[in-house]
Amino acid sequence: MSVDYHKMWSELGMNLEKHDQFLGAVPSIYGSLFMEQSNRPQNIDYYNFVMSEVHGLRVKELLDLQSTGAKIVGTFCVFVPEELVLATGGACIGLCAGAQFSVPTGEKVLPRSICPLIKSSLGFKLGGVCPYFEVSDFIVGETTCDGKKKAWEILNEYHPTYVMELPQKKEASDRQLWLAEVEKFKNKMEQESGVTITPAKLKAAIKLANARRQVLKRLYNCRKADPTPISGKDALLISQLAFFDDPVRFIDKTSALCTELEQRIAEGKGVMPKGAPRILITGTPMPLPSWKLHHLIESSGAVVVCEESCTGTRYFETLVDETAEELPQQLTAISERAMNINCACYSPNTGRIDDIIRLAKEYQVDGVIYYSLQFCQTYGIEYYSVERALQEAGIPVIKIESDFSDEDAGQLQTRIQAFLEMIKE
Amino acid sequence: MITVGIDVGSTATKAVAFDGTIRAWAIRPTGWSPKDAGASILSEVLDQAGIVQDDVTRIIGTGYGRISLPFIDRAVTEITCHAQGAHWCFPDISMIIDVGGQDSKVIKINQTGKVIQFQMNDKCAAGTGRFLQVMAQALGMELTEMSALSLADPVTINSMCTVFAESEVISLLAAGETKERIAAGLLLAVARRVATLAGARTVPEKVAFTGGVAKNQSLCQALEGELQTKICTPAEPQIIGALGAAIIGQK
Repeated sequence: MSVDYHKMWSELGMNLEKHDQFLGAVPSIYGSLFMEQSNRPQNIDYYNFVMSEVHGLRVKELLDLQSTGAKIVGTFCVFVPEELVLATGGACIGLCAGAQFSVPTGEKVLPRSICPLIKSSLGFKLGGVCPYFEVSDFIVGETTCDGKKKAWEILNEYHPTYVMELPQKKEASDRQLWLAEVEKFKNKMEQESGVTITPAKLKAAIKLANARRQVLKRLYNCRKADPTPISGKDALLISQLAFFDDPVRFIDKTSALCTELEQRIAEGKGVMPKGAPRILITGTPMPLPSWKLHHLIESSGAVVVCEESCTGTRYFETLVDETAEELPQQLTAISERAMNINCACYSPNTGRIDDIIRLAKEYQVDGVIYYSLQFCQTYGIEYYSVERALQEAGIPVIKIESDFSDEDAGQLQTRIQAFLEMIKE
Repeated sequence: MITVGIDVGSTATKAVAFDGTIRAWAIRPTGWSPKDAGASILSEVLDQAGIVQDDVTRIIGTGYGRISLPFIDRAVTEITCHAQGAHWCFPDISMIIDVGGQDSKVIKINQTGKVIQFQMNDKCAAGTGRFLQVMAQALGMELTEMSALSLADPVTINSMCTVFAESEVISLLAAGETKERIAAGLLLAVARRVATLAGARTVPEKVAFTGGVAKNQSLCQALEGELQTKICTPAEPQIIGALGAAIIGQK
């Protein structure tokens, strides 16, 4: 790293020793997982740079922004209306964590038998190893599952945590509830930032958030080509970084990458030979730096072409209607977006099955890997109906349950290879 | 054409020389070096078959140690191999249950032996050969003794975690339970666990049972009870993965 950020981290109150230990491991892991891939597009350099500065430059930018009075809001879920943060001139940072490193720290306050994502996230705060947590003025939690809902009560003792109540169904009364939550959050943002959210400001924010979603959509569209012009691992990385990066710059850089990828498609150039088995991953999110499954699949000769997850299509497929001119209609439009996302927190959630089957066709996949984080009840249970629907549709599927550790890599490799042998002929 | 299949498992390494029939087979403990075990079993099976390595058209490796074998032509996972091996033994079966040293799997196949679906245990030893090994040790029994048990009057074993089940066994012994009743309870617990892996799927009329654990007669019986189906066990259930590997080598 060219610049020494220890002073900044120290001023943020982080645990420097532990943080050095954590961050020190990143370059070699990133190097072997990402830099050693062949045929990467040139424009991937930008994301290599972002990763090399992952706890540095961007944190500094956020501190600079904060010093102007803008608010930095940490979030854990694609439902949180980032438009309302952007409209006050603030920044929204996705804090969801996917590292085994912080899990034991999280287990000091949480039971072992809950989702590793929650344990990892809280562990990052408790261990003082995440500058994004420290720079956040406050955190927005949401009631997507029992684990998260209860964990916020503990997190709030360490960092101010504001909780949004997500409905569990999609009926008129549920839409009312979420709209009310969005309105409350608007007031919260205005109160925190001292900025009045005007229709013009909100319109600009809606457009910006939509533009970020659209560029991801363009990126994913490129992955529909055979051979695919970008590895699943690189595409996942970009999805993960979308939650951190400055939106305007991210859109600009990702557009440039897409132009290069579209050129590659026109030339028939890919990262894997044409005809390599194409995999759709569906299930729980893979927050930074959770790359295990993609790496195992792609080092077995297949390619991940799409993720139906919160670090994938669920993040960007649904846009907010940009045509509304007045605040009430704008807030309704924002709240409707969440009601169109098919997350397993809803019951029933048959829309997700339709999404998976549609995506399997659009991306011409040979098989679906259903990924569920250990102890995730909602996604774990939903496998039952997804498996049945995929079988009826003649699409091969296996379920893989795992966490952020590497101890099961050997077993998973065998399962993935067996699955690839099964779908080959 | 002669092909050899080598299955390096967590506990045992197996080899089969195949020329349309099983020409020779061999089994030895894997020990600490899967690479050495693979090399030794190869020379052993070649000796048994009365051939040299040049007579062999292809060598296929499988099992968790498949990646450590420098002399193989191809590595294929144990799931595909067990499917092929069991299909060759019992052409009319559509489901295979394999319980090995460190994992257990349920494989569904079509009429040609192609895998259409499979399930494996998660990262723990519950319902595997290792579970029975640890429990036999806690009971001071030989694994062979656990093979001819009456299942008529078992105690209930609640834990499927190898660590907790061991404490449960020790508590039961302390409470004066007989070894035989406890052992019977353990076998039923394993059978239940394996049956759970088969899941809500419709279990066919006949199921093949392979892997070292299938040598246990009482467990076969317990599994028949749990699944309400007929269990077919090959004469040498341990070599089915190696057999399947050798058969794949023929193609």
